[in-house]
Amino acid sequence: MPPFVGPEVAWFALSPLLVLAAGGLLLLVAGALTPQWPRGLYAAVTASVAGTAGVLAALQWSRIADDGPTTLVAGAMSYDAFAQFLTITIAIALILVVMITDEDLRNSDADGPEVYGLYLMAATGGVIMAAANDLIVLFLGLEALSLALYVLAASARKRSDSQESGLKYFVLGGFSSAFFLYGIALIYGGTGSTNIGGIISSLQSSVTTGGDNALVLAGIALLLVGLGFKVAAVPFHVWTPDVYQGAPTPVTAFMASVGKAAAFAAIVRVLIVALPFYREDWRPAIWVLAVLSLVVGSALAVVQTNVKRMLAYSSISHAGFLLVAIEAAGHRAGESDPGTGVVALVIYLLAYSVLVIGTFGVVTVVGRNTSGDVTLDAFKGLSTRRPALALALTVFLFAQAGVPFTSGFVAKFGVIQAAVEERSYAIAIIAMVAAVIAAFLYLRIMVSVWLSGSTETSSDNSAEATDGSPDRTLQIPVAAGLAIGAAAIFTVAVGILPGWLISTAEAVTTFAR
Amino acid sequence: MLSAAAGTELAFPILSMLILVPVFGAVLVAVLSTRRPEFVKLTAVLASVFTGALSVWLTIAFERGADGFQFVSRHPWIEQWGISWYLGVDGISLFMVLLTGVLFPIVILGIDAHHKNARDEKRYLAWMLLLQAGVMGSFLSLDLFLFFIFFEIVLVPMYFLIGGWGYENRVYAATKFFLFTMLGSAFMLVSIIATAVLARDNGVGQVTFDLVVLAEQSNFAASTGRWLFFGFAVAFAVKVPIFPVHTWLPDAHTQAPTAGSVVLAGVMLKLGTYGFIRFGLYLFPEAAWWSRSLFLTLAVIGVIYAAIVATMQADLKRLVAYSSIAHLGFIVLGTFAMTTQSLTGGVLQMVSHGVSTGALFLMVGMIYERRHTRQISELRGIASVAPIFAGFFMVVMLSSIAVPGLNGFVGEFLILIGSFPTARWWTVIAATGVILAALYLLWAYQRVFHGEVDDANRSFPEIRVREVAVLAPFIAAIVFTGIYPKPILERIEPSVVALVQHVESRSNFVEPAVGIINSAADADTSDQEGN
Repeated sequence: MPPFVGPEVAWFALSPLLVLAAGGLLLLVAGALTPQWPRGLYAAVTASVAGTAGVLAALQWSRIADDGPTTLVAGAMSYDAFAQFLTITIAIALILVVMITDEDLRNSDADGPEVYGLYLMAATGGVIMAAANDLIVLFLGLEALSLALYVLAASARKRSDSQESGLKYFVLGGFSSAFFLYGIALIYGGTGSTNIGGIISSLQSSVTTGGDNALVLAGIALLLVGLGFKVAAVPFHVWTPDVYQGAPTPVTAFMASVGKAAAFAAIVRVLIVALPFYREDWRPAIWVLAVLSLVVGSALAVVQTNVKRMLAYSSISHAGFLLVAIEAAGHRAGESDPGTGVVALVIYLLAYSVLVIGTFGVVTVVGRNTSGDVTLDAFKGLSTRRPALALALTVFLFAQAGVPFTSGFVAKFGVIQAAVEERSYAIAIIAMVAAVIAAFLYLRIMVSVWLSGSTETSSDNSAEATDGSPDRTLQIPVAAGLAIGAAAIFTVAVGILPGWLISTAEAVTTFAR
Repeated sequence: MLSAAAGTELAFPILSMLILVPVFGAVLVAVLSTRRPEFVKLTAVLASVFTGALSVWLTIAFERGADGFQFVSRHPWIEQWGISWYLGVDGISLFMVLLTGVLFPIVILGIDAHHKNARDEKRYLAWMLLLQAGVMGSFLSLDLFLFFIFFEIVLVPMYFLIGGWGYENRVYAATKFFLFTMLGSAFMLVSIIATAVLARDNGVGQVTFDLVVLAEQSNFAASTGRWLFFGFAVAFAVKVPIFPVHTWLPDAHTQAPTAGSVVLAGVMLKLGTYGFIRFGLYLFPEAAWWSRSLFLTLAVIGVIYAAIVATMQADLKRLVAYSSIAHLGFIVLGTFAMTTQSLTGGVLQMVSHGVSTGALFLMVGMIYERRHTRQISELRGIASVAPIFAGFFMVVMLSSIAVPGLNGFVGEFLILIGSFPTARWWTVIAATGVILAALYLLWAYQRVFHGEVDDANRSFPEIRVREVAVLAPFIAAIVFTGIYPKPILERIEPSVVALVQHVESRSNFVEPAVGIINSAADADTSDQEGN
């Protein structure tokens, strides 16, 4: 028996991942061993860890552009532009989420290292999912992300609905992980490998001999169930409104941004990178999931009264849009000219992550005095109480609706263009109509913000200094304000000048395998 | 043919300034302190007046007799997607640009929107300026993507103007307006992208959203062109609005504040008819020709149906809103009849309708200011207590009825006479709409201004100097266009002639030779060349 030889590890290439993991562990250990840190320090450390990881990922970019994509750690991880782009997306999202978390935690006397440590662990899982080149590694990333999210959802220990949210998410999420794992097992049974490169070469040989593999098809079905649950695609979406509503709002923002980005990265790895030979089989399933998510998400969003539930359903609708991009990419998966589906997907993920965190950031600030339960009424007259906050929320909501001069429009345009390029006209039109239905929901929030309740304030011409209504002073924490402002500026800037983002994202279509 | 190269060049990008000046004005207004409301208002007025002055200058500098796009300004924007900041103006868009430029300063200066406080006023002014920029951009864009962006962005300021400063059902009306129009745009966006992508494989060779390149170089299969055309047509039909999708308009008009109604009727609805001409006919001549029966029929139904519904309205503002639908039906008729005369009349009627209906909404707003009601039944005998006011109303109303000598007549006459050879029976039925217009407007006038004056109306104040000043430009435009339309027609016609030739070269349409009726403009244009 030959002695075990460890694979060669390219430390610098893995550094974004290692920084996130090490940062999370160190924060937990150091936080447990030391007394309460000064205010804001936990958050600052977390944000700088995320920033370091993002910068390190950006440093890999030119190397990948020069040398081409490759695999790491004996083929377990892929080292390509897609992984780095998603890592940067996750890092940016993490920084913004940390900034809106800081004040929210102190406000409920729960400041400590735990939440931040869990954020970092979850982000590590997300980065592993984005870079996995082996289905088992992908599963490890998925579990690291999911387990951290279960705990985060329940992290508002004083509120029973947070507990409920965490438990619900855990039970259903565990169930879906089992589906996913069984799917991996079947794929292994069908191809003899869990490594994506191995799967491809196995399929290459079997496809050329004309074999159709029932095990692989069943495996794809089970993988789709597991991944559909993670991205909250209809009909696997039922957990979303309850979990989004019950979880602390910054955690909801984290789920909607990092959680979604990682899950879609996993879909790309599994379907587009590993299983292009079965694209004619899985693409119709994606089509159905996309249409159902678009229609059901938009339609149910409209009838909600709780803003977090509204945004939960709207995130389902956005998942539908992202699935449209996957469907478009599926037409030419594995070919040398892969089309623009994946490019549209990563642009959408980055734009959506930023603007959804901005939206939930505003919800966090507005919901401070309402113990996390944010109804439409809480937004009444926000435009007179906090005009800048109202303006930022308007930018985010219009961006979610896909109004021009916002990043949301650029993202939606990219997806529709990718679909139309592949002649998927029906799904493009369904997606746009669903966007109109969803726009009604954003208008409802905006009606509360701008068009009602403005009579209750007395005429105060010097309003910036003092709030109109003395009983409900709405202070904006500095960090959260900065995060919301940065997100709003990013949303508008990308909306006006998207060229640099598009040309950067165009590099992601060459995958390592 | 229509080409981008032709035309006058100025030392500075006047078209970009027409869009950017109001945008900067809006930003300035938004950041200025509410402690000095007079500065805020002054900034807004200056920005809109400057834009208006630029548009007047544009009209004067515009080269008559040239058919191509002038003052073209072009900069790459999103090169990866083949999108550029591409502006130009020709005879079809020139007067809509002028109207947009002039209407906003009048509305901003002349209409008191009754703001609750300085911050309220600041927002109102910022939205108005953004609306002006958006409408201006829609009329100037020669890039499909750019056009879509402006076409869509105008919804946002209008939504807030209706929702924030409108009447009792304003939120419902604003939401309905936003969603209806956005739904139409959804189809158009898919169509725009499909046009660019399919054109790449059908003659253009690359993905571009350049209107001129797409129109001149693409050669779609007939069925493809028809599908693409319908995507555009849905958006424009909602915007016009054409008969079955018109239901948002009466609500939006009735609930909008006076300024909103004036802008909506004056320029925003024209985005639909303008879109049909600029994008529908120019990009898809075959499809437009093929589907003309449908649109002619819907247009005529709109003319007759809206006229009948208008007759029955108890609310004066709603009556004017329905009259708007009827008048726009004429423009759609002229568009799809596709002759030089009918299209010229349609383009002219876009301006005329903007002026006369805008003025009607202004005066209805003045009546509401005085009596706080729009119900016809509560108004009676106003002519006896405010004869000058009644006189102004009479002139504006007669212009809307299209009485010879006023602006409405020129456009409607050209439309009817130009449509007759190619769309005979539709024209015959639509002509009865002219009579119906006289019926509902004169009847409304009779009920509101004549009869025994009752106590509530006895104190109806006479027209004020400021109101005369606001109405004067409208009256001047109404009379001037009615008596001497030549300066307008000779700028419109060359572009229309080129468009008709373009349609003829790419469809089965052949413009019938018009022997007996040679419009005054033709004769005048040849005079011009003689000089």
